[in-house]
This record gives sequence, C-alpha cells and structure tokens, in this order.
Amino acid sequence: MNTLELISSDATIQTPAGLQVIELANDADPRTLALDGITRIELNFPKFTDGRAFSQAYLLRRRLDFKGDIRATGDVLVDQLLQMQRSGFSSAVLRADQSLAHAQRQLTHFAGFYQGDAAQPQPQFASQGAAA
Amino acid sequence: MYQYTDFDRQFVRQRAAQYRDQLERNLRGELKDDEFRPLRLQNGWYVQRYAPMLRVAVPYGELASRQLRVLAKIARDFDQPRAAVYQHASESQAELGTPHLPVGYGHFSTRQNVQFNWIPLEKSADVMDLLATVDLHGIQTSGNCIRNITSDALAGIAPDEVIDPRPYAEIMRQWSTLHPEFAFLPRKFKIAINGALEDRAAVAWHDVGLHLVRNAAGEVGFKVLVGGGMGRTPMIASTLREFLPWNQILNYLEAVVRVYNRFGRRDNLYKARIKILVKAEGQRFVDEVEAEFDSILKHDGAAHAIPQAELDRVSAHFLPPVTASGSATPVDLSAMDAAEYKRWLAQNVRAHKNPALRAVTLSFKRLGHAPGDATADQLDAAADLADRFSAGEVRVTHEQNLLLPWVAEHDLPALWQAARALGVAKANIGLLTDMITCPGGDLCALANARSLPLAQAITERFQDLDELFDLGPVDLHISGCMNSCGHHHTGHIGVLGVDKDGREWYQISLGGSDGSNLSGAAVPGKVIGPSFAASEVTDVVEALLDNYRVYRKSGETFIDCVRRLGPETFKLAANAVRHETRDGGRVLHVHLATADAATD
Repeated sequence: MNTLELISSDATIQTPAGLQVIELANDADPRTLALDGITRIELNFPKFTDGRAFSQAYLLRRRLDFKGDIRATGDVLVDQLLQMQRSGFSSAVLRADQSLAHAQRQLTHFAGFYQGDAAQPQPQFASQGAAA
Repeated sequence: MYQYTDFDRQFVRQRAAQYRDQLERNLRGELKDDEFRPLRLQNGWYVQRYAPMLRVAVPYGELASRQLRVLAKIARDFDQPRAAVYQHASESQAELGTPHLPVGYGHFSTRQNVQFNWIPLEKSADVMDLLATVDLHGIQTSGNCIRNITSDALAGIAPDEVIDPRPYAEIMRQWSTLHPEFAFLPRKFKIAINGALEDRAAVAWHDVGLHLVRNAAGEVGFKVLVGGGMGRTPMIASTLREFLPWNQILNYLEAVVRVYNRFGRRDNLYKARIKILVKAEGQRFVDEVEAEFDSILKHDGAAHAIPQAELDRVSAHFLPPVTASGSATPVDLSAMDAAEYKRWLAQNVRAHKNPALRAVTLSFKRLGHAPGDATADQLDAAADLADRFSAGEVRVTHEQNLLLPWVAEHDLPALWQAARALGVAKANIGLLTDMITCPGGDLCALANARSLPLAQAITERFQDLDELFDLGPVDLHISGCMNSCGHHHTGHIGVLGVDKDGREWYQISLGGSDGSNLSGAAVPGKVIGPSFAASEVTDVVEALLDNYRVYRKSGETFIDCVRRLGPETFKLAANAVRHETRDGGRVLHVHLATADAATD
C-alpha cells in the first residue's frame, strides 16, 4: 500500500538539481502528458471541495502507470488526506494552518475499505470471495 | 434482508469514530465550520432553518424492526431542540401564521431515508454511535457524492418482478461507500435501480437509472440511463446501454462517475449536475464514458468485475423469510367495519409473488401530521406490527409511507384492526391525499415557500373517502422550491413554491409522470399559467379535479383525461378560482418569469 508523505507548509522544499517536476492544472487532461523523465507531478487543489485532482491522480497512477511522486498542493486539509492517499498521491503539502499530528491520525481511522483504489486495486470482495 | 458482516459492522463503527473526532475538533474550534460542513454533510448532518437535520441512510428502503426501534429512540430522546432554539423557531413561524412545530418524530423521505429535524449538533456523534449499534449510519446521505441507492419498495416481492434488484443495490452500495475518488463531485449523484416490468423507482429521473433486464439469451444485465434529474432544469435520462452485463456494472459506474468528476461544471451550482453535462456534450459524453470503460477493462484490469461468488454471497441474504403459516386470529368485523376494511384491501394491500402473502402499506398521510411524519411511539408501534405480521421487516416507500412486505393473507383483518388503532390504516394509498411533500419553508433553509400548510389544507378539504375513491389515482406532489424535493415535476398535479417580493406563491403544473404504468413515460408536468397565492391553491386543486369530473370518460383516470384534453379547460377552471391574483377580472401576472427562466 502507498504511504503518503506529509509535508509541513513551512518545510523548505528542496528540489534537487535534475528533478523534473510538472505542475498540472486542475482541469488539464493527464492522459496527454509526456511522462518520460518526470520525477514528480504536482496536482493542485484550488479548494478542498474540488475533487478533480483525485481523478487526475488515479489516472496518472493506474492508467499511465506513473511511478514517480504525485504531490497534492493548494488547499490541502488533513481530512482529505486519506482520499488523496487512496487515489494515488504519494505526498501532500499541508495548508499552513493544518496540524501534522492530526494529519497522521486521519490516515488510521479505517482498517479496510470496500472498493479497490489506486493504492490497493483489489476490492474487498476479492478477498472475501476467496475466504467464502 | 442484508445482514452486516463483521467487516461491515466494524466499518460503520470506524466511521462513527471518525465523525466524532471531526465534530470534537469543530466544537473545540480547530476545524472551521466551512471545512467541517462537507464532512458532516457526508454523514447526513445538514443544517436547516432552525436546527440540524439528520438523514439516516436506509439502503433501498429496507429496515428491520430492531432498526426501527432505534429510530424511535432517536426521535424520542434526541429529536428535541434546546429551549432557545425552539422558542426562536416558534416565534419566527408564528409571524407566518403557523407556529406549530412538532418535535420528537421521524420523517420518511422520497429517497426512502429517515430524517430527524431537531437534534442538536453537539449530540450528533452520540446519535451516530447509537445508529451503529443496529448497523445504521448517515454515510453519503447528503453532500456532493454518490447518495444512498433507491429502489422499488416492492423489490423481491412484486409479481411483475424480472430480477430482484436488492443484491445488486447492496453491491453498488458497498462500492460507492467512501469511494476515495468520488467524495467531492461537482454535485450530488443519485442512483436508482428497478427490477420489475413496471418502473416504481422513477428510474429515468436519476443521475444514473438502472433497469435489470434479460437479453434474448436469458442473461441478466442492466439497461443504463444517465443524466436524468429534477431541479431547475428537469430532464429525462438518456439511454447509454440497452444491455450491460450485470457483472460489469461497477466498472461502468466508475467510468460514468469519473467522466462526470473530471468534466462536470463546477462554476455554477445550477449547472453542475450530470444531466447538464450529458445534454451539453451529447455523443461526446457517451464516447468519453465508453472509452473510459474500455480502458478500465483493458488497461486497469477490471478489478470491480463482480464475481459470481460475490453475487451469490450477497443474494443469499435476500431469500424470502420463513413466514408463519398457521391460521388467522379470528376477528369480528361489524358491517360498517367490513365496508371500511374492503376499501383498505382495495387500496392499501397489493399482490405478492407468493400467493399466500400480501404487501401492505401503512398510510402516513393523515390529518394532523405532515406527510411521511411518524412519532416515536408510532415508529415503535410500526416495529411491533412488523414483528407480528411481516417477519420483522418494513420498507420505506418513495411515496413517504411504510410498507410491510411479508404479510400472510389470513392476517389481513387483524393487521387492519391494529393499523387502524394506530391511525395508519387510512385507505388512501395512491389517491389524492397520499401526496408527496417536501418539508418546505417550515424547516428548510432553501425553501421559497411552505409546503406543509398546503398539504394540511388539501388533506382537510379532501377527507371524504367516497370522494377520493371517485377521483381515483392522482399523484399530487408539492415542492417548496426549485430543488424539487417534493418531486413536483412528476406530479399529475405539481405544486411549486416560489418567492416574490417576500411573499409565497405557487406555480401549478399538470401532467407530470414518474414513469409508472399509471402515469406513462417519464415527463415533467407543464405549468398552467402565472403563480397562485397560497390562499388559492386548495381551490385550484379542487377546480382541476372538478374539471376532470366534468369531462372524464367512464373509467378514465385523471392523468389520462389531462393527456386527452390538454391543458386549456384545466387552465380556465384554475383561473376561475383566482381571487388574490385577479384584478377586475384580469389575472395579475405575479410570477410570469419562472425560476427556470431566471436561471437557465
């Protein structure tokens, strides 16, 4: 399962030389990207209630098999981190007022989910069926 | 009925714990109201005019008696506002002339859920814990996500059923629950599923509507409709697939919702539903969905193709219960009782797949209560009836009543007596006073006008059962605003509250259909002229029905008569009873610019 790297907003984000980063607009189609050599794609949440980046992340991770870092930026709140992790994000830069301690806890509420996702493609019924 | 597994039970408890953490952070001031709002909405907590409303999810309308009793407890112990809240509400409503605001009750919604109107938000996490003890929750009953899935209240028991939709509905419920990618869609997303010849689930009016069908080879699949909806721009859904193999439904839904999530409009609340995308993009929308579906199958590995074993596992929950055979409790009916009982049999009792059983609707459309309201005691009593007569199960119907699905034919007289003692045996199911009504301006912050006083006035006017029988089936639907929670578009007579210059006005429409056999192909009703004043609406309803009585042919229903005659005579009859909106014989155009015209 993917883990989500949580980045505090005041952390100095060092971009090593040679790192190829794409910032993808919220309404852009990820399927048109040339991903060769790209190491990180940043997906922006203009508002936390705008869910388009969840589908962008899913498509990058599962459809385009992107192996690099998918990073959430913008209006990133602790209560959506779980959805980000499950949709294929691998890092998230928290909004300035968000608590890192709360953030960690939000990722641990559930022992499992019904449907498959970008991190865990098989749905719950796949394992349930095997047990039955 | 579906029985929760350990996984399901643990999941709902984890959800309740997650919600408690969110609520506590909000109450401590660590989680801002605006940021808490979508979180509480997706747990069913929606703040109304005076207090929060809780919408409890009732998947495809099925409830067990033990669940009904917990809903009764919530009504009794929690649906009680603080004194200051209630005083403010009563005073505000008194200014409108309707200070009476009942508390301590549950309400059956058109989407088969159960709502409460007065629970203080501080107690909301306690209520979620209590619900979780009987496998209930409010997950995705509000907010811009995939909502609770609705179906035919006669699912699994209707004689005209082709395939029982409940196992498929349950599998879709699980798939949609906390789907990580689809928690923040442009707008709400509603799915309905029907498995009978007749459409009793208003399928074509949904964001996704599904009919279970068999193809020529006898295989089971779905006819898939997308893009229906009510609101400001009523639309009938388009058919995307005539036959989709049943095991691909989750993959196909994933394609539809992903395309909607990516391309649905987010700049205008009124254009954000999928119906607008379907209409605007036409074939391009269809092509995009099909391409996405193809990629899910061919590239992503079709992870959500449903194995036969999973369908079998879930279907096993929906075998008919063992109903007591035995014989009837002897019941003495007087001659007067016998006549009343006969009416009830004709109107409130329906045939069943099992010839020894019947489906019985308890009428929650009666004087003194808002349509679909049930007090705590009535909820408890309904649970007792379910245990005594219906294998412990009830259904919440789209028409805001309760249905007992497993009643032995020989128990009908005893059930009738018990239901009559509770005041829920009025023989008006399907008749005029069995109306659909939203909570309206008495409770809802969105409403432009009140619905409940109108419903009350019409119920009072039409108390005579002889008259109601003579009028025959009439769908009267009342919404307090364009959001259409009272489904006015599908009413044979639709009433829509509008607001102008701070006063309440009502548009009347005629000839709408939900898609049932009675009403014909799904179609929105047509507005019959300028809005009416509140004081005129009951007279208008009566005038429309009088006009029908004048012109009807023998055996012709109201809706058939409206279709045959067209709107003109009805319009004349309605205009003739205007008084507030008439000026020297000339009709005042108080609200010619409809809300539709203003926004689309």
